[in-house]
Amino acid sequence: MKLRFTLNGRPVELETPSDRRVVDLLREDLGLTGVKEGCGQGECGACTILVDGVSRLSCLMLAAQLTGSSITTIEGLAARGRLHPVQEAFVQQGAVQCGFCTPGMVLAAVDLLGRDPQPRREEIRDGLSGNLCRCTGYQKIVDAVEQAAQPPQPEEEP
Amino acid sequence: MTAVLLPSGLEELWALWEQHPTAMPYAGGTDLLVRLRKGLAQAPALICLERLKELQCIEERGPELFLGALCTHQELLEHPLLRGRLPVLAQALAVLGSPPIRHMGTLGGNLATASPAGDTLPPLYVLGAEVELCSPAGVRRLSLTDFIRGPGQVTLGPREIVGGVWVAPPSDSVRQHFEKVGLRKALAIAVVSLAALIDLTPQGVVRGARLAWGSLGPTVVRSPRAEQALLGGRLRLPELRAAADIVADEAAPIDDLRATAAYRREVAGNLLLRLAQYGGG
Ligand SMILES: Cc1cc2nc3c(=O)[nH]c(=O)nc-3n(C[C@H](O)[C@H](O)[C@H](O)COP(=O)(O)OP(=O)(O)OC[C@H]3O[C@@H](n4cnc5c(N)ncnc54)[C@H](O)[C@@H]3O)c2cc1C
Ligand code: FES
Ligand code: FES
Repeated sequence: MKLRFTLNGRPVELETPSDRRVVDLLREDLGLTGVKEGCGQGECGACTILVDGVSRLSCLMLAAQLTGSSITTIEGLAARGRLHPVQEAFVQQGAVQCGFCTPGMVLAAVDLLGRDPQPRREEIRDGLSGNLCRCTGYQKIVDAVEQAAQPPQPEEEP
Repeated sequence: MTAVLLPSGLEELWALWEQHPTAMPYAGGTDLLVRLRKGLAQAPALICLERLKELQCIEERGPELFLGALCTHQELLEHPLLRGRLPVLAQALAVLGSPPIRHMGTLGGNLATASPAGDTLPPLYVLGAEVELCSPAGVRRLSLTDFIRGPGQVTLGPREIVGGVWVAPPSDSVRQHFEKVGLRKALAIAVVSLAALIDLTPQGVVRGARLAWGSLGPTVVRSPRAEQALLGGRLRLPELRAAADIVADEAAPIDDLRATAAYRREVAGNLLLRLAQYGGG
């Protein structure tokens, strides 16, 4: 099929089998290897992408489902060479070890903060509960999301 | 290669299905795409229903609510009508899978899967929900009991889909409760779950009780005897324990890799004890 969608802000048009898994299309055909495949069955979150701003699993989507939508992968999160605040916080808090889960974690956190800009720690844990990390023990990841969710500094009284 | 079709409305769906009569429908794909990949299902062609505009609404229609089959679990969960009027269903959706599974999986998919552990089923049973089915011939309504015939078995004619669910919200005197016991907090298939609607008089006496358990049998399990036992009493531990004993005694769950039958039996009863929180002392 001829497939048209927006990928990290740029329009894309390509020819692909309509049943190609989105994770394979992104990784193998388009070279976006920040999208990881862990379990291939919805359990680990490594393949998370944003579809029209909502976190979804690219291992459980087929190419046809991308038609007309806007996709963000980890490669598209930094705007004009500046890391996204969630990425910045991951770096500062040391929330990355092997890095395999990181793209999915960051995108899940971006979705979470979009819904709830100031989640409590418990809510951060819930929001990231579809993403598994085998290295960090999660503490630093939760710390990072907490940092990224810092309330804006209160305005000075004039 | 399997053709994947993506209709954006019902008219287009029926036309595409006419051209591809053997195509299998799916919605969020969180169940079917896993089974296809494992070789547990085969599909000569697929029709993805996730863009069917008509079936994504959540609306009050007369005394009932209509929940479109193509609403994702997340869309339902975030809707004020659901939180306000059907908290028993909202509580179940809040612990279904994980955030991305809730962003993709749909109500219609959960019903059509008819898993013994399907988290929306116990709440929909106690609510007395009806399922709306759509086909080119029109629309029909079935009770949930007539729709779900066994594990993984539902009443669907050729080229018929689940269009949505009709529910009449209980009155304000009814306490709505759901709890699921799993092996971990997220991404946990239920070991046992309980949905309960308890109608209390202003004095706190039970005048109506509807109970349904998930993962306790091949489909949702009801216990008219336990419901009967609660009537006329209060939500206190001795009364609840008596009802719990009935359930533990009646239930015939299975052993599987998640839990033994004996454990399920005990938890099924014990889940009732939580209702003491609505007893006011
Ligand atoms: C990691 C993981 C965790 C999960 N955890 C849970 C859990 O905690 N609780 C739970 O209940 N489920 C769980 N599930 C199962 C699944 O996510 C849910 O059952 C979900 O609601 C299925 O919806 P779907 O739209 O994705 O279904 P699909 O996979 O799209 O479809 C499933 C079946 O239903 C049919 N179907 C779908 N929509 C319709 C329709 N409108 N009309 C007719 N037939 C239709 C399809 O033909 C297919 O046979 C989990 C799945 C995964 C992968
Ligand atoms: S690879 Fe998609 S959830 Fe694990
Ligand atoms: S950093 Fe290695 S899996 Fe999370």
